[in-house]
Amino acid sequence: MKKIFIKILGIVGLLLTTLIPQFSVAQERGGRLSMVINPEPATLILGLNLQAPTQTVGGKIYEGLLAFDKSLKPVPSLAKSWAVSDDGLTYTFQLQDDVKWHDGEAFTSADVDFSLGTMLPQTHPIARTTMASIESIETPNADTVVITLKKPFSAFLTALAMNTAPMMPKHIYEGTDYKKNPANATPIGTGPFKFQEWKKGEYIQLVRNEDYWIEGLPYLDEILFRVIPDEAARAIALERGDVQVTSFSDIEYVDIDRFRQSPDFDVTYEGYEFFSPLSWIEINHRKGPLGDKRYRQALMYAIDRDFIADAIWFGSAKAATGPITSTMQFYDPDVSKYALNLAKAEALLEEMGLTKDASGVRNKVKLLCLPYGTTFVRTCEYIKQALSKVGIDVTLETVDRGTWAQKVSNWDYELTLDFIYQLGHPAIGVHRTYVSSNIRNVLFSNTMGYVNEDIDDLFAQATSETDQDRLQEVYSKAQDILVEDVPVSWLVEMKFPTVYRNTVRDLVTTAHGVNGSFADVWIEK
Amino acid sequence: MRILLAIFRRAMQALLVVLAVSLMNFTLIRLAPGDPAAVIAGQSGAADEQYLKDLRAEFGLDQPMYVQIAAYYSQLFQFDLGYSYRQKQPVLDLVLERLPNTLLLTMSAFIIALAVGIWSGALAARHRGKWTDFGISSIAMLLYASPIFFTGLMLILVFSVGLGWLPAFGSQTFGENGGFAASFLDRLQYLVLPATTLSLLYAATYMKLTRTSVLEVLRLDFVKTARAKGLPQSRIMNAHVLRNALLPIITVAGMQAGHLVGGAVVVETVFAWPGIGRLAFDALLQRDYPVLMGVFLITSVLVVFFNILTDIGYRLFDPRVEIS
Repeated sequence: MKKIFIKILGIVGLLLTTLIPQFSVAQERGGRLSMVINPEPATLILGLNLQAPTQTVGGKIYEGLLAFDKSLKPVPSLAKSWAVSDDGLTYTFQLQDDVKWHDGEAFTSADVDFSLGTMLPQTHPIARTTMASIESIETPNADTVVITLKKPFSAFLTALAMNTAPMMPKHIYEGTDYKKNPANATPIGTGPFKFQEWKKGEYIQLVRNEDYWIEGLPYLDEILFRVIPDEAARAIALERGDVQVTSFSDIEYVDIDRFRQSPDFDVTYEGYEFFSPLSWIEINHRKGPLGDKRYRQALMYAIDRDFIADAIWFGSAKAATGPITSTMQFYDPDVSKYALNLAKAEALLEEMGLTKDASGVRNKVKLLCLPYGTTFVRTCEYIKQALSKVGIDVTLETVDRGTWAQKVSNWDYELTLDFIYQLGHPAIGVHRTYVSSNIRNVLFSNTMGYVNEDIDDLFAQATSETDQDRLQEVYSKAQDILVEDVPVSWLVEMKFPTVYRNTVRDLVTTAHGVNGSFADVWIEK
Repeated sequence: MRILLAIFRRAMQALLVVLAVSLMNFTLIRLAPGDPAAVIAGQSGAADEQYLKDLRAEFGLDQPMYVQIAAYYSQLFQFDLGYSYRQKQPVLDLVLERLPNTLLLTMSAFIIALAVGIWSGALAARHRGKWTDFGISSIAMLLYASPIFFTGLMLILVFSVGLGWLPAFGSQTFGENGGFAASFLDRLQYLVLPATTLSLLYAATYMKLTRTSVLEVLRLDFVKTARAKGLPQSRIMNAHVLRNALLPIITVAGMQAGHLVGGAVVVETVFAWPGIGRLAFDALLQRDYPVLMGVFLITSVLVVFFNILTDIGYRLFDPRVEIS
């Protein structure tokens, strides 16, 4: 009898274990998701601004033709399918059926033509460059767009995401002053959430788009972005339940572990693949010995990147190995690496003729700290300490953001810390730092003045190569050369933490993470 | 009539002061390092010089300084504070949207600081050398020495996180629309912690000032006379001592009332209070010159305004003082 009872219990248990997960994953409709937005965005119009907070809010209102999964492969968004001609010159997109702008107007191929061909090349920081590759756009009917390029462009699909080329409504912007259009105060997109209200300094409210083109989505009734400028206050708001989600560097890295230990919260580093942020010491090659690659290699040998990742970034980073991060396509894991080796660093400096004086100093250099939070300040302090061990005496310079931007743009620095987003494809986010044609007086260009013709050639090849295998070969070769040359001294691959209450489900499903549309996010009640 | 004329004269002087201050602000901001176009282009991820040039042209920064100054004043005389570089909105709208919040916060803090400071200062003076005096003076020193962000965070930890009595940030409950009374109580709830935080530092100052001033007045002959007449202690304090002791406090308070408006930035940041202090701080980081200039102008108008009020207040308390 007892055995039978145990068997029955076992069967019931088995049934329960198979059934319960099915019940618990059934998405629930409704509810309000509150999340921190920091800093407060300047505008929500994605066609005008590419800052991360604009993307976080704007990414729910606007959509691109494509979205990207966590491995950075394109998936349908406003384009339901696409085909590329063999010569890599013609792209044909079929648009989704029955898509409407938030004001009820139909979204058609004419909007695509207007966005990619007219508005974005004038207003969008990235599309200004990427859309210059377009020869012509044809719209044979309302649902089809045929784009012909001047020459093959390996990153063209990546250039069509929500953030790299958001679709803008032609009926609102055509023939107007884009930047001063009064409609900028009330953004109109095709996304799953509509703009409702923005109380400056307090909150931005988005509500469900009842006419969204995917039946039954989104699940949430509304999203409330709360503006909380103080780091400690943000952590308190999350703990108290005033907000359910924080992202990027909203919470100090030292606090992350506390949330990870809590049974009420989850922490994920996924969803930043499109950004793939990489930090480095930027080196001005025009300044004395900094132009010598042996000096720059010595920096790589003298700095313990694992220490920075573990002790300064509290695990929210991983030691960087080169110009392309391990989260990106075309990263080469076999590229040679610089392990901590003080003797080698000293030998290289010695070989350059930089010998130590009586006080043990062989060279003096200034490091301009990056004014973006305490983690970078601590990293700066560590670098000073680490380089002193090989006889480099570092003077730290601390300035505010405006001054930092100006000094770097004007090449008025010796060393500085910096980080960059790689934007889904090396041709968009990586080349710009290393090609000599991009030595400019603007941030995030080749401000260090690095020149290597081989790199220029390889990246030019990579830009127009559409065969993925050959592209990998080209990028592997380029990574080898760059790691040898050390144009910048790479520090860490930054991993932004998204911290959220574990009742929030399916929060991060694409490479856009919290900047994604949130159409399938739901809250378990 | 003479008073009205005097006030008019002071207002004219004030106008000149404000204009001079605005010219200084204009020049100083531009002399400081930092380029708005570089900041904005950098943050938007743009890396071509044309974009930067377009931004400079859009903001008028490619013009010589005197042209920029002329353009600024011609706008100003039409009550136009310009257009925010970053937020693409008229500065006046941005400032006016936030000003009521800052005034609510700073004036509440100011009133709390004055009430608590004067009351505790007078109490300490009356009990000079006793435990009450020692206790009040020690607390005042502690508050005076504590950084304001620390005091704020501690109050949040105790009253919001620990006890759960008060909200931790913001200025009102989202979606609150339960009528006037409910909405008033709701705002009051949000106001308590930031206003208290901001008031504590100033309360400590007023306490010290009142204590010293009351002690000085207590030594004067007319107080002895009042005592000799047999007046009760409370009447001596309220009608004779405090009235005379308050003059230096009015001077300091008048000067600080204006500073409070600009000085609320830390409290506004810690409590996510949407005021102009934070607007100015963000604008400074972004080098959003028009917004900075707008906030500076409004702040200097307020400082001047409070100075005039102080002069008038002085005369009310001490008729011997002429408004010149």
